[in-house]
Amino acid sequence: MNHEPNEQGYWGEYGGRFVPETLVAPLDELTTAYFSYRDDPAFQAELSDLLKNYSGRPTPLYFARRLTESLGGARIYLKREDLNHTGAHKINNCLGQILLARRMGKKRIIAETGAGQHGVATATVCALFGLECVVYMGTEDMRRQELNVFRMRLLGAEVRGVDSGSRTLKDAINEALRDWVTNVDTTYYLLGSALGPHPYPLMVRDFQSVIGREAREQIIEHEGRLPDTLVACVGGGSNSIGLFHPFLNDEVRMIGVEAGGRGKEVGDHAARFMNGGSTGVLQGTRSYILQDEHGQIVATHSVSAGLDYASIGPEHADLHDTNRVEYVSSDDVEALAAFKLLSETEGIIPALESSHAVAYAARIAPEMTRDSIMIVNLSGRGDKDVNQVQGLSKMHG
Amino acid sequence: MNRIERQFKLLREGRRKGFIPFVTAGDPDLASSLEVCLKLADLGADVIELGVPFSDPMADGPTIQRSSQRALENGVTLPDVLHLAADFRRRSEVPVVLFSYFNPIMRMGCDRFAKSARDAGVDGLLLTDVIDSEAAAISRKLAQNDLDLISLVAPTSTNERLSAIAKNARGFVYAVSRAGVTGTQGRVSDEAKKLVVRMREFTELPIAVGFGISTAEQIRDVWRFADAAVVGSAIVSQIERHPNEAVDAVGQFVRGLLPRFANQGAET
Ligand SMILES: Cc1ncc(COP(=O)(O)O)c(C=O)c1O
Repeated sequence: MNHEPNEQGYWGEYGGRFVPETLVAPLDELTTAYFSYRDDPAFQAELSDLLKNYSGRPTPLYFARRLTESLGGARIYLKREDLNHTGAHKINNCLGQILLARRMGKKRIIAETGAGQHGVATATVCALFGLECVVYMGTEDMRRQELNVFRMRLLGAEVRGVDSGSRTLKDAINEALRDWVTNVDTTYYLLGSALGPHPYPLMVRDFQSVIGREAREQIIEHEGRLPDTLVACVGGGSNSIGLFHPFLNDEVRMIGVEAGGRGKEVGDHAARFMNGGSTGVLQGTRSYILQDEHGQIVATHSVSAGLDYASIGPEHADLHDTNRVEYVSSDDVEALAAFKLLSETEGIIPALESSHAVAYAARIAPEMTRDSIMIVNLSGRGDKDVNQVQGLSKMHG
Repeated sequence: MNRIERQFKLLREGRRKGFIPFVTAGDPDLASSLEVCLKLADLGADVIELGVPFSDPMADGPTIQRSSQRALENGVTLPDVLHLAADFRRRSEVPVVLFSYFNPIMRMGCDRFAKSARDAGVDGLLLTDVIDSEAAAISRKLAQNDLDLISLVAPTSTNERLSAIAKNARGFVYAVSRAGVTGTQGRVSDEAKKLVVRMREFTELPIAVGFGISTAEQIRDVWRFADAAVVGSAIVSQIERHPNEAVDAVGQFVRGLLPRFANQGAET
C-alpha cells in the first residue's frame, strides 16, 4: 500500500476540502506547485541541504539506557527531534513549505501556533529568507508559552493574539484562515500540522516523514532489525505521522498518544478518539472532532498547548478506523510525571507534548520483554515549558 | 415552482431588484429573531437569510462572529433555528435560506436535515464551507425535498469553476463581493462587478451580491449589475447595539435604505 490520498485528498472517508469558495483557487495553485516540486531533484536537494546544515539533521536515535533500566522492560530509543534547530520537529515542515512559498513567489507568510514551536519555526525560516511573517496565537497559549512569544518577536515576526473562542490553537487557525481568505494574492499560509484542507495533510506528512526514514535506518544500524513499537504524541498529528509513515507497511505496532487532560468528561481532554469525538468537519477537513450533539465544537483541555486541539489530521482518522494505529491517551498528571522522569533519568527535558508519549511508553515498557524495541518520538524540548511547570508545581506544592 | 423561484420571477416581472437581509438566528434571542424577520418581510425583504450559529465561523468577520457567539451562549441549536423558520413560515411567505457551516448539518444528518427543513418551510441552504466537489450528497438530499443548495462564487473562482458551479446551481447564485470574510467595507469593489459579468456567461439564474454591503449607495451600485444585494453585518450590528429594541433598530435602519430602494428599483 502506498498510503496516498485520492485526488480529492481523501484517505478513506477522511480529508477533502471544506473551505470557502475563495480559497479553492489558492489551494489549487498550492497543489499544483507542490506536486511539481514533490519529486523535483533540485527542490529536494535544497531541502536536504537545509535540513542537514541549517537544522542539524539527521537527529540522533538515542538509546535511553537509564530510562530503559528504570522501567525494566523494552529497550527504549528516543528519536531526538528536540535537537533540531528551534527545538522541535516543526522546522522540518517549515523548511519544506518555505521553499515552496519562495518558488510560488509569495512574500508574506502567515501561520498559526499552539505551543509556539510552529510559530517559532515559521518565524525562523522567514528570517532566513527575509520574508514578512505574521503568526496567530490564542491569548491563553500566549500566556502559557510566553517564552516562545518573545522568541518569535525577536525573530522579527508579528504575533497577533486571538481572543475568540477558547483562545487556543483552534481559534488561531480560524484567524489565520480569515487572514488568508482576505489576502490570497500575496499570502502563503504555512500550516503547522497534518491538518486542514487538501493538500496540507499530505504535504506536511511528506515533509515530516524524514523523521521515520531516518529512524528506520538508524534502528537497523543499532539493532540490526526493525522496532516492535513506535510511540508518538498526537496533536494535529504531524510528528506522529512523520515517524509512522515510513513503517506503515512493516509489522510494527504504532501508538498515537492523545491528550487525556484532566478527566474523561467532554471538555476536560483533547482526545478525539475518546468520549465526545466523532466524525465531522472542522477547519477544512473531515475527520474526528470533539463536538456536542448539535455539531458545535466543544472546549478542550490539556496541560500542553500543542495537543490542545479539537480535531486531528485526516490520515490519522483513517489509520484509526482501519486499526493500523492504536490511539491512547496520557493525562496531565502522567505527562508531568514523565516530564520529570526523563529529565532525571536521561538529562533530557522533554516538551510537555512529547511528555505524553514518554508517559505512555513508561506505562507499557515494563510489560514488554527485555529484547523488544520501542522508539519514542521526542518531538521537542521542554525549555518552553519550564516556567509553566514551575508554576504548576508551586500550585501543587 | 418554489418560493425562491417565484420571488425572483416577481422581481423580474416588476423590473425590480432584490433586497436580501441576513440575521443570525437566536441573537439576541429566538423570539426577537422571529420579530426581526417578520419586520424585514414587512419592509420588503425578497429573501431572508437566516444564519445558523456555529462555534468556529472561519468565514466570518468580527460582527457575525460575536453574533454567533451570543446565539450559542443562549443555547441556540439547529433544531431551534428550524423551529424559528417554521414560526416565521406560519406568518409569512417570504423565502428563507439557511446560511450555515457544514458541521451542524452533518451532525444532524443530511437526510434528516433536508426533511426537517422542508417541513419547516425553509427554501434553501447555503453552506459557507462546502464547495461543489464536496456537495453532491447534500445537494441530492436537498433536491429530493425541493430545497435549493445555493452556490457561492468568488472573485478568485476561475471561469472553469464558474462553469462547473453553474451546472449544479439552483435558486440563485451568491457572488461574494471580494476576497475576505463577512463585514462592512467602504465601497463595493470592481471585482464584484467583474465576477457577476463573468458568471452571467454561465447561468440564467439570478445573481445576488453579498459581503460588505451596508449602505443604500452600495446597494444601488450592486443593483446596477446584479439581481439582488445581501446586507448582513450591518443589520447584525444594529442588533448588537440595540439588543432590547432589535426590531425597531433594524426597522429604522432598513427604512433608511428603503425610499431609495423605491426610486432605484424602477430604474432598471
Ligand atoms: C514539541 C511538539 N510536539 C508535538 C506537537 C503536536 O503537534 P503534532 O501532532 O502536529 O506533532 C507540538 C505542537 O505544537 C509541539 O510543539
